[in-house]
Amino acid sequence: MNKLLARLMPNNPGRAVVIGVPYLWLVLFFLLPFLIVLKISVSEMNVGQPPFKPLTEMVDNFLNIRVYLGNFISLFDVANDDLYARTYLSSLKYAAWTTIFCLVIGFPFAYFMARARPTIRPALLMLVMMPFWTSFLLRVYAWKAILTTNGVFNQILIGLGIIGEPLHMLHTPFSLMIGMVYVYLPFMILPLYANLVKLDGRLLEAAADLGATPWQRFWLVTVPLSKSGIIAGSMLVFIPCVGEFVIPELLGGPETLMIGRVLWDELFSNNDWPRAAAVAVVTILLIIVPLAIFNKYQAESQGERT
Amino acid sequence: MSTRPNWFGRGWLAAGYFFLYIPIVLLIVFSFNESRQDVVWRGFTLNWYRALIDDKEIIEGAILSLKIAFLTGILSVILGTFAAFVLVRYKRFLGRTAFSGMVNAPLVMPEVIVGLSLLLLLVSLQNTAAFSWLNRGMFTILIGHALLGMAYATVVVQSRLQEMDRSIEEAAMDLGCRPGQVFFLVTLPNITQALMSAFLLTFTISLDDVVISQLLSGPGSSTMPIVIFSRARLGLDPRVNAVATITIVVVTIAVIASSLYLARSERRRQKEISAAFSAEAAS
Repeated sequence: MNKLLARLMPNNPGRAVVIGVPYLWLVLFFLLPFLIVLKISVSEMNVGQPPFKPLTEMVDNFLNIRVYLGNFISLFDVANDDLYARTYLSSLKYAAWTTIFCLVIGFPFAYFMARARPTIRPALLMLVMMPFWTSFLLRVYAWKAILTTNGVFNQILIGLGIIGEPLHMLHTPFSLMIGMVYVYLPFMILPLYANLVKLDGRLLEAAADLGATPWQRFWLVTVPLSKSGIIAGSMLVFIPCVGEFVIPELLGGPETLMIGRVLWDELFSNNDWPRAAAVAVVTILLIIVPLAIFNKYQAESQGERT
Repeated sequence: MSTRPNWFGRGWLAAGYFFLYIPIVLLIVFSFNESRQDVVWRGFTLNWYRALIDDKEIIEGAILSLKIAFLTGILSVILGTFAAFVLVRYKRFLGRTAFSGMVNAPLVMPEVIVGLSLLLLLVSLQNTAAFSWLNRGMFTILIGHALLGMAYATVVVQSRLQEMDRSIEEAAMDLGCRPGQVFFLVTLPNITQALMSAFLLTFTISLDDVVISQLLSGPGSSTMPIVIFSRARLGLDPRVNAVATITIVVVTIAVIASSLYLARSERRRQKEISAAFSAEAAS
């Protein structure tokens, strides 16, 4: 007991304060809210204020705790209403496709950036980061004007004579994918670049001397060595994409189901707070595996640095 | 062996940058377009900038956003510095894994969920007697933004602290500095640049945030992104393009100026360090 106290209250009070301040903040505004989400997700909906029923009740001097699992059961009651199951699947699907497209576009991009002359590399890097500083919301909004029926893209296609009639592109899976890839591409490029720029060119030379073709050098040397960058970038794209709200709201259509939007509607249109909390809990469970992978590689790359 | 990008590499880079920048360029171009609903070029006008002056909703939103962003920047940098210090310097304390997990989680957690959890905390507090006065507004938005900002500030400050030379702190301690003095006289001046970039980063994140703001805002506390988002949902509005152009110009100038300033002071610092060492070698 004394040992525990000594660990909790070290002889250095400054240390206790330095640890205590951010810890308290995180417990109050991160941990506690999540416990409340958990609690409300097992509460029954209530019409009125608060919009959920209490878990504990005093009945005849007995403390009754009622855990209501109906919110979770109804999420996966496919026979009755498969909206949630379909939404989760389609969120994962769009996030996976976004990750794949970002990787296919971003890997060569980061590779060529890392191979550029060292003097122009900072400028190339700066150019990738600049859109970060420009409002994300406004950049998504910009695609609306490009993809709308009489928008820039249709005008160009008609002007080139490729199509006769304007295509319906806005509020389709196509416009959603363009928006997501556009927003998340820098998140893929930056970790890949950081990784590829450190790649030792002598290893490629050695492979070439030993008779490897460029294609073999790429697949057998470059790709394995940039594995941690590929994983970090993919997770940085995939995880936030699953819960994305603004892009599907502005560029997606009625058929592009995304979990962020369904959660939002549960909260503001249906006022079903327990259901919204249950949707959030399941979403966290969905991203916890990629999150763990990301943390592991993050810890490893930090370990390399120190 | 030639490793410079060939024509294919150059083409790929050019196409990539085109993709990244074309929406921003078009956003600016259409802020000067005369037509209201169309996205067809109908001639140059400054009408949308004039319309902004009378647009109370946007002006008030912008002022509120700037206030929140400024406070978020300060709060995030303070909390992030604490957290980074803990993560870099204190390798062993009770609950360290939980601590580092909680610090990093907002970086990848969907914003909808972060906002929802804070909203539910707020509602639960409102139902207790002690906090029934608490309402959604500027204060609650600030808390949400600072939670997100702290995570980013921690990453920035942490990497600077990691590469910092600890021997100068030890030297200060040997010369009789108390821990507080060491921090304020030695550590802090050494990480000022990281603090500045962390402030800029969290400031812009706050200025840009829609989801958390919308979830935690109440009547009369609509930030600029909330106003823009609600208009963007309805359709195209050239006034939004005008706001976009103004923010893009301001932010671009600020980012370029600050990175030039940072690069210059970094060079000066390196020069001072090498001057100190050569003076030492000479003596």
